Amino acid sequence: MKALIVIGLFLMGITAMISCQSEQQMDFNRYYSAGATVYQTHCQNCHGDKGQGLAALMPPLTDTLFLKAYKNELVCILQNGLKKGIVIHGKTFDGQMPPAKLSLMEMAQVLTYVTNSFGNKQGLVNHDDVAKDLKGCK
Amino acid sequence: MKVRILILAGLAIAISACKSNTNNALPILGNRTPVTKTVNGKAVTDTVYQTIPDFKDINQYGDSISSKNLNGKIYVADFFFTSCPSICPGMHRNMLNVYNQFKNATDFKIVSYSIDPKYDSVAVLKKYADKLGISGQTWWFLQGKKEATYKLAESYLTHVAEYDAAPGGHIHDGYFILVDKQKHIRGAYDGTQPDQVTKLIADVKILQAEPDQSIAQ
Repeated sequence: MKALIVIGLFLMGITAMISCQSEQQMDFNRYYSAGATVYQTHCQNCHGDKGQGLAALMPPLTDTLFLKAYKNELVCILQNGLKKGIVIHGKTFDGQMPPAKLSLMEMAQVLTYVTNSFGNKQGLVNHDDVAKDLKGCK
Repeated sequence: MKVRILILAGLAIAISACKSNTNNALPILGNRTPVTKTVNGKAVTDTVYQTIPDFKDINQYGDSISSKNLNGKIYVADFFFTSCPSICPGMHRNMLNVYNQFKNATDFKIVSYSIDPKYDSVAVLKKYADKLGISGQTWWFLQGKKEATYKLAESYLTHVAEYDAAPGGHIHDGYFILVDKQKHIRGAYDGTQPDQVTKLIADVKILQAEPDQSIAQ
Protein backbone atom coordinates (compact mmCIF):
# COMPACT_ATOMS: atom_id res chain seq x y z
CA MET A 1 0.00 0.00 0.00
CA LYS A 2 2.69 2.44 1.05
CA ALA A 3 4.70 1.53 -2.01
CA LEU A 4 1.70 2.30 -4.21
CA ILE A 5 1.31 5.77 -2.66
CA VAL A 6 4.99 6.49 -3.11
CA ILE A 7 4.85 5.40 -6.73
CA GLY A 8 1.66 7.41 -7.25
CA LEU A 9 3.23 10.57 -5.80
CA PHE A 10 6.34 10.00 -7.85
CA LEU A 11 4.28 9.71 -11.03
CA MET A 12 2.34 12.86 -10.13
CA GLY A 13 5.58 14.70 -9.59
CA ILE A 14 6.89 13.61 -12.98
CA THR A 15 3.64 14.64 -14.70
CA ALA A 16 3.75 18.02 -13.03
CA MET A 17 7.33 18.51 -14.17
CA ILE A 18 6.55 17.57 -17.74
CA SER A 19 3.44 19.72 -17.97
CA CYS A 20 5.31 22.63 -16.37
CA GLN A 21 8.06 22.29 -18.90
CA SER A 22 5.66 22.07 -21.75
CA GLU A 23 3.83 25.14 -20.49
CA GLN A 24 7.10 27.04 -20.59
CA GLN A 25 7.74 25.61 -24.01
CA MET A 26 4.27 26.67 -25.10
CA ASP A 27 4.92 30.17 -23.82
CA PHE A 28 8.12 30.29 -25.80
CA ASN A 29 6.37 29.02 -28.93
CA ARG A 30 3.68 31.66 -28.59
CA TYR A 31 6.19 34.50 -28.24
CA TYR A 32 8.37 33.11 -30.99
CA SER A 33 5.69 32.69 -33.63
CA ALA A 34 4.10 36.08 -32.88
CA GLY A 35 7.62 37.55 -32.96
CA ALA A 36 8.17 36.16 -36.45
CA THR A 37 5.20 38.18 -37.69
CA VAL A 38 6.37 41.36 -35.94
CA TYR A 39 9.79 40.82 -37.48
CA GLN A 40 8.45 40.46 -41.00
CA THR A 41 6.39 43.63 -40.67
CA HIS A 42 8.83 45.92 -38.87
CA CYS A 43 12.40 44.61 -39.23
CA GLN A 44 12.84 42.40 -42.26
CA ASN A 45 13.03 45.18 -44.82
CA CYS A 46 16.35 46.37 -43.46
CA HIS A 47 17.71 43.38 -41.56
CA GLY A 48 16.69 40.72 -44.11
CA ASP A 49 14.61 37.56 -44.01
CA LYS A 50 17.52 35.60 -42.56
CA GLY A 51 18.82 38.40 -40.34
CA GLN A 52 21.63 38.82 -42.84
CA GLY A 53 21.52 42.64 -42.88
CA LEU A 54 22.25 44.55 -46.09
CA ALA A 55 25.86 44.89 -47.20
CA ALA A 56 27.57 47.61 -45.11
CA LEU A 57 24.32 49.59 -44.77
CA MET A 58 22.29 47.50 -42.33
CA PRO A 59 23.87 45.34 -39.62
CA PRO A 60 23.04 41.62 -39.52
CA LEU A 61 21.37 40.09 -36.46
CA THR A 62 23.62 37.07 -36.47
CA ASP A 63 26.25 38.35 -34.01
CA THR A 64 25.43 36.02 -31.12
CA LEU A 65 28.17 37.47 -28.94
CA PHE A 66 26.81 41.00 -29.35
CA LEU A 67 23.23 39.89 -28.64
CA LYS A 68 24.40 38.10 -25.48
CA ALA A 69 26.55 40.98 -24.25
CA TYR A 70 23.74 43.52 -24.76
CA LYS A 71 20.91 41.17 -23.80
CA ASN A 72 19.33 43.66 -21.41
CA GLU A 73 19.81 46.69 -23.66
CA LEU A 74 18.28 45.28 -26.82
CA VAL A 75 14.85 46.59 -25.89
CA CYS A 76 16.31 50.10 -25.50
CA ILE A 77 17.49 49.94 -29.12
CA LEU A 78 13.98 49.00 -30.21
CA GLN A 79 12.39 51.69 -28.08
CA ASN A 80 14.74 54.61 -28.82
CA GLY A 81 16.46 53.62 -32.02
CA LEU A 82 20.22 53.96 -32.50
CA LYS A 83 21.97 57.22 -33.23
CA LYS A 84 25.60 56.29 -32.90
CA GLY A 85 27.59 53.63 -34.67
CA ILE A 86 27.59 49.99 -33.71
CA VAL A 87 30.19 47.23 -34.19
CA ILE A 88 28.78 43.91 -35.41
CA HIS A 89 31.02 40.99 -36.32
CA GLY A 90 33.94 43.40 -36.00
CA LYS A 91 32.51 45.77 -38.64
CA THR A 92 31.33 49.30 -37.90
CA PHE A 93 27.87 50.35 -39.02
CA ASP A 94 27.38 54.08 -38.67
CA GLY A 95 23.84 54.53 -39.95
CA GLN A 96 20.94 55.37 -37.69
CA MET A 97 18.10 53.10 -36.72
CA PRO A 98 14.70 54.72 -36.15
CA PRO A 99 12.67 53.75 -33.06
CA ALA A 100 10.67 50.62 -33.85
CA LYS A 101 7.40 51.98 -32.40
CA LEU A 102 6.27 48.64 -30.95
CA SER A 103 4.19 47.79 -27.89
CA LEU A 104 5.83 46.12 -24.87
CA MET A 105 4.39 42.77 -25.89
CA GLU A 106 5.53 43.12 -29.50
CA MET A 107 9.04 44.00 -28.32
CA ALA A 108 9.13 40.90 -26.11
CA GLN A 109 7.88 38.76 -28.98
CA VAL A 110 10.30 40.09 -31.57
CA LEU A 111 13.25 39.87 -29.15
CA THR A 112 12.32 36.24 -28.46
CA TYR A 113 12.23 35.64 -32.19
CA VAL A 114 15.51 37.38 -33.05
CA THR A 115 17.52 36.01 -30.13
CA ASN A 116 16.40 32.47 -31.04
CA SER A 117 16.75 32.66 -34.82
CA PHE A 118 19.61 33.20 -37.28
CA GLY A 119 21.89 30.94 -35.21
CA ASN A 120 21.07 32.63 -31.88
CA LYS A 121 19.67 30.67 -28.93
CA GLN A 122 18.97 32.72 -25.82
CA GLY A 123 15.55 31.46 -24.76
CA LEU A 124 12.35 33.32 -23.93
CA VAL A 125 12.22 37.10 -23.42
CA ASN A 126 8.84 37.73 -21.83
CA HIS A 127 6.73 40.80 -21.18
CA ASP A 128 8.11 41.28 -17.64
CA ASP A 129 11.75 41.04 -18.77
CA VAL A 130 11.14 43.77 -21.31
CA ALA A 131 9.32 46.02 -18.84
CA LYS A 132 12.22 45.68 -16.41
CA ASP A 133 14.93 46.28 -19.03
CA LEU A 134 13.09 49.35 -20.31
CA LYS A 135 13.53 51.05 -16.92
CA GLY A 136 17.29 50.73 -17.28
CA CYS A 137 17.42 52.51 -20.66
CA LYS A 138 19.55 55.62 -20.78
CA MET B 1 9.14 -1.00 -77.66
CA LYS B 2 12.23 1.08 -78.20
CA VAL B 3 10.58 2.71 -81.17
CA ARG B 4 7.59 3.68 -79.09
CA ILE B 5 9.78 5.29 -76.48
CA LEU B 6 11.57 7.16 -79.21
CA ILE B 7 8.30 8.39 -80.66
CA LEU B 8 7.10 9.49 -77.23
CA ALA B 9 10.36 11.26 -76.55
CA GLY B 10 10.11 12.92 -79.92
CA LEU B 11 6.61 14.09 -79.18
CA ALA B 12 7.66 15.45 -75.79
CA ILE B 13 10.47 17.41 -77.37
CA ALA B 14 8.14 18.71 -80.05
CA ILE B 15 5.63 19.88 -77.45
CA SER B 16 8.24 21.58 -75.30
CA ALA B 17 9.67 23.20 -78.41
CA CYS B 18 6.23 24.59 -79.20
CA LYS B 19 6.04 26.05 -75.72
CA SER B 20 9.32 27.88 -75.95
CA ASN B 21 8.22 29.20 -79.32
CA THR B 22 5.33 31.11 -77.79
CA ASN B 23 5.73 34.81 -78.25
CA ASN B 24 7.38 36.23 -75.13
CA ALA B 25 8.03 39.70 -76.48
CA LEU B 26 7.39 42.41 -73.90
CA PRO B 27 4.64 44.97 -74.45
CA ILE B 28 5.33 48.69 -74.77
CA LEU B 29 3.66 50.46 -71.85
CA GLY B 30 2.51 54.03 -71.34
CA ASN B 31 0.57 56.49 -73.50
CA ARG B 32 0.42 56.05 -77.22
CA THR B 33 -0.81 58.43 -79.89
CA PRO B 34 -1.78 57.68 -83.46
CA VAL B 35 -0.04 59.96 -85.92
CA THR B 36 -1.13 60.23 -89.51
CA LYS B 37 1.49 61.22 -92.00
CA THR B 38 1.45 61.45 -95.75
CA VAL B 39 4.00 59.16 -97.29
CA ASN B 40 4.32 59.06 -101.07
CA GLY B 41 0.93 60.71 -101.43
CA LYS B 42 -0.79 58.14 -99.18
CA ALA B 43 -2.03 58.75 -95.64
CA VAL B 44 -0.27 56.38 -93.26
CA THR B 45 -1.26 56.10 -89.62
CA ASP B 46 1.44 55.11 -87.21
CA THR B 47 1.48 54.67 -83.45
CA VAL B 48 3.91 56.79 -81.51
CA TYR B 49 4.75 55.27 -78.16
CA GLN B 50 5.62 57.26 -75.07
CA THR B 51 9.32 57.61 -74.43
CA ILE B 52 11.22 58.76 -71.35
CA PRO B 53 11.92 62.49 -71.77
CA ASP B 54 15.30 64.16 -71.38
CA PHE B 55 16.69 64.81 -67.94
CA LYS B 56 19.92 66.20 -66.53
CA ASP B 57 21.24 65.00 -63.19
CA ILE B 58 24.48 64.33 -61.32
CA ASN B 59 25.61 60.84 -60.31
CA GLN B 60 27.43 59.59 -57.21
CA TYR B 61 30.80 60.38 -58.79
CA GLY B 62 29.83 64.01 -59.40
CA ASP B 63 29.54 63.48 -63.17
CA SER B 64 26.61 64.97 -65.03
CA ILE B 65 24.35 62.36 -66.48
CA SER B 66 21.63 63.06 -69.00
CA SER B 67 19.32 60.82 -70.95
CA LYS B 68 21.99 60.81 -73.68
CA ASN B 69 24.13 58.62 -71.46
CA LEU B 70 21.37 56.02 -71.65
CA ASN B 71 21.13 56.01 -75.45
CA GLY B 72 21.28 52.45 -76.71
CA LYS B 73 21.13 51.01 -73.19
CA ILE B 74 18.55 48.80 -71.56
CA TYR B 75 18.02 50.18 -68.10
CA VAL B 76 16.05 49.83 -64.88
CA ALA B 77 14.95 52.96 -63.02
CA ASP B 78 13.64 53.48 -59.52
CA PHE B 79 12.99 56.35 -57.13
CA PHE B 80 14.36 56.30 -53.60
CA PHE B 81 16.14 58.34 -50.93
CA THR B 82 19.08 57.24 -48.81
CA SER B 83 17.51 58.07 -45.46
CA CYS B 84 14.36 56.11 -46.34
CA PRO B 85 13.39 54.00 -43.37
CA SER B 86 10.62 52.00 -45.02
CA ILE B 87 10.67 50.16 -48.35
CA CYS B 88 13.95 51.37 -49.90
CA PRO B 89 16.36 48.98 -48.16
CA GLY B 90 14.30 46.02 -49.34
CA MET B 91 14.10 47.44 -52.86
CA HIS B 92 17.84 47.88 -53.10
CA ARG B 93 18.46 44.47 -51.56
CA ASN B 94 16.51 43.10 -54.53
CA MET B 95 18.14 45.53 -56.98
CA LEU B 96 21.52 44.17 -55.86
CA ASN B 97 20.50 40.87 -57.47
CA VAL B 98 19.82 42.71 -60.73
CA TYR B 99 23.18 44.51 -60.42
CA ASN B 100 25.12 41.33 -59.73
CA GLN B 101 23.47 39.65 -62.70
CA PHE B 102 24.31 42.37 -65.23
CA LYS B 103 27.21 44.40 -63.79
CA ASN B 104 29.51 43.33 -66.61
CA ALA B 105 26.97 43.86 -69.41
CA THR B 106 27.89 46.79 -71.64
CA ASP B 107 24.28 47.40 -72.77
CA PHE B 108 22.75 47.65 -69.30
CA LYS B 109 22.40 50.29 -66.56
CA ILE B 110 20.51 50.90 -63.34
CA VAL B 111 19.50 54.46 -62.41
CA SER B 112 18.16 55.29 -58.97
CA TYR B 113 16.80 58.82 -58.76
CA SER B 114 16.89 60.42 -55.33
CA ILE B 115 13.64 62.19 -54.46
CA ASP B 116 15.35 63.97 -51.56
CA PRO B 117 18.19 65.84 -53.33
CA LYS B 118 18.52 68.32 -50.46
CA TYR B 119 19.84 65.61 -48.14
CA ASP B 120 21.20 63.23 -50.79
CA SER B 121 24.21 65.22 -51.91
CA VAL B 122 26.79 63.65 -54.20
CA ALA B 123 28.87 62.73 -51.14
CA VAL B 124 25.90 61.09 -49.43
CA LEU B 125 25.04 59.13 -52.58
CA LYS B 126 28.66 58.01 -52.99
CA LYS B 127 28.78 56.80 -49.40
CA TYR B 128 25.50 54.95 -49.87
CA ALA B 129 26.77 53.28 -53.06
CA ASP B 130 30.02 52.31 -51.36
CA LYS B 131 28.18 50.73 -48.47
CA LEU B 132 25.99 48.78 -50.86
CA GLY B 133 29.17 47.54 -52.50
CA ILE B 134 28.51 49.30 -55.82
CA SER B 135 31.44 50.38 -57.97
CA GLY B 136 31.91 51.15 -61.66
CA GLN B 137 29.37 52.67 -64.02
CA THR B 138 26.58 50.09 -64.08
CA TRP B 139 24.46 51.54 -61.26
CA TRP B 140 24.08 55.29 -61.00
CA PHE B 141 22.55 57.09 -58.05
CA LEU B 142 21.31 60.40 -59.37
CA GLN B 143 20.31 63.70 -57.88
CA GLY B 144 19.01 66.81 -59.58
CA LYS B 145 16.33 69.47 -59.20
CA LYS B 146 13.55 68.11 -57.05
CA GLU B 147 10.65 69.41 -59.16
CA ALA B 148 12.21 68.02 -62.33
CA THR B 149 12.71 64.61 -60.72
CA TYR B 150 9.12 64.53 -59.43
CA LYS B 151 7.87 65.38 -62.91
CA LEU B 152 10.16 62.81 -64.46
CA ALA B 153 8.71 60.15 -62.13
CA GLU B 154 5.35 60.64 -63.84
CA SER B 155 6.91 59.75 -67.18
CA TYR B 156 8.02 56.52 -65.56
CA LEU B 157 4.39 55.98 -64.47
CA THR B 158 5.61 56.26 -60.88
CA HIS B 159 4.27 58.35 -58.05
CA VAL B 160 6.48 60.29 -55.63
CA ALA B 161 5.57 63.07 -53.22
CA GLU B 162 6.63 64.87 -50.10
CA TYR B 163 4.47 63.82 -47.20
CA ASP B 164 5.35 64.90 -43.67
CA ALA B 165 3.36 62.16 -41.96
CA ALA B 166 5.26 59.38 -43.74
CA PRO B 167 8.41 57.92 -42.17
CA GLY B 168 11.27 59.88 -43.73
CA GLY B 169 8.97 62.63 -45.01
CA HIS B 170 8.47 61.29 -48.54
CA ILE B 171 6.28 58.70 -50.15
CA HIS B 172 6.95 56.83 -53.35
CA ASP B 173 6.08 53.65 -55.21
CA GLY B 174 8.46 50.76 -54.99
CA TYR B 175 8.38 50.07 -58.72
CA PHE B 176 11.35 49.09 -60.84
CA ILE B 177 10.74 50.37 -64.36
CA LEU B 178 12.33 48.54 -67.27
CA VAL B 179 13.23 50.77 -70.23
CA ASP B 180 14.50 49.54 -73.59
CA LYS B 181 17.16 50.93 -75.92
CA GLN B 182 14.54 53.15 -77.61
CA LYS B 183 13.49 54.58 -74.21
CA HIS B 184 10.14 52.81 -74.24
CA ILE B 185 8.79 51.45 -70.96
CA ARG B 186 8.64 47.67 -71.29
CA GLY B 187 7.79 46.55 -67.77
CA ALA B 188 7.01 47.62 -64.18
CA TYR B 189 7.84 45.39 -61.23
CA ASP B 190 7.23 45.68 -57.51
CA GLY B 191 10.79 46.13 -56.27
CA THR B 192 9.90 44.95 -52.78
CA GLN B 193 8.93 41.47 -54.04
CA PRO B 194 11.85 39.12 -54.79
CA ASP B 195 9.82 37.01 -57.26
CA GLN B 196 8.87 40.12 -59.28
CA VAL B 197 12.53 41.07 -59.44
CA THR B 198 13.39 37.58 -60.69
CA LYS B 199 10.87 38.22 -63.48
CA LEU B 200 12.57 41.56 -64.18
CA ILE B 201 15.93 39.83 -64.59
CA ALA B 202 14.38 37.37 -67.05
CA ASP B 203 12.76 40.24 -68.97
CA VAL B 204 16.05 42.13 -69.26
CA LYS B 205 17.45 39.03 -70.97
CA ILE B 206 14.50 39.05 -73.37
CA LEU B 207 15.27 42.68 -74.25
CA GLN B 208 18.96 41.90 -74.68
CA ALA B 209 17.98 39.26 -77.22
CA GLU B 210 15.72 41.66 -79.14
CA PRO B 211 17.09 42.77 -82.50
CA ASP B 212 18.28 46.36 -82.34
CA GLN B 213 15.67 48.65 -83.81
CA SER B 214 16.33 52.12 -85.05
CA ILE B 215 16.88 54.54 -82.19
CA ALA B 216 13.77 56.25 -80.83
CA GLN B 217 11.35 58.18 -83.01
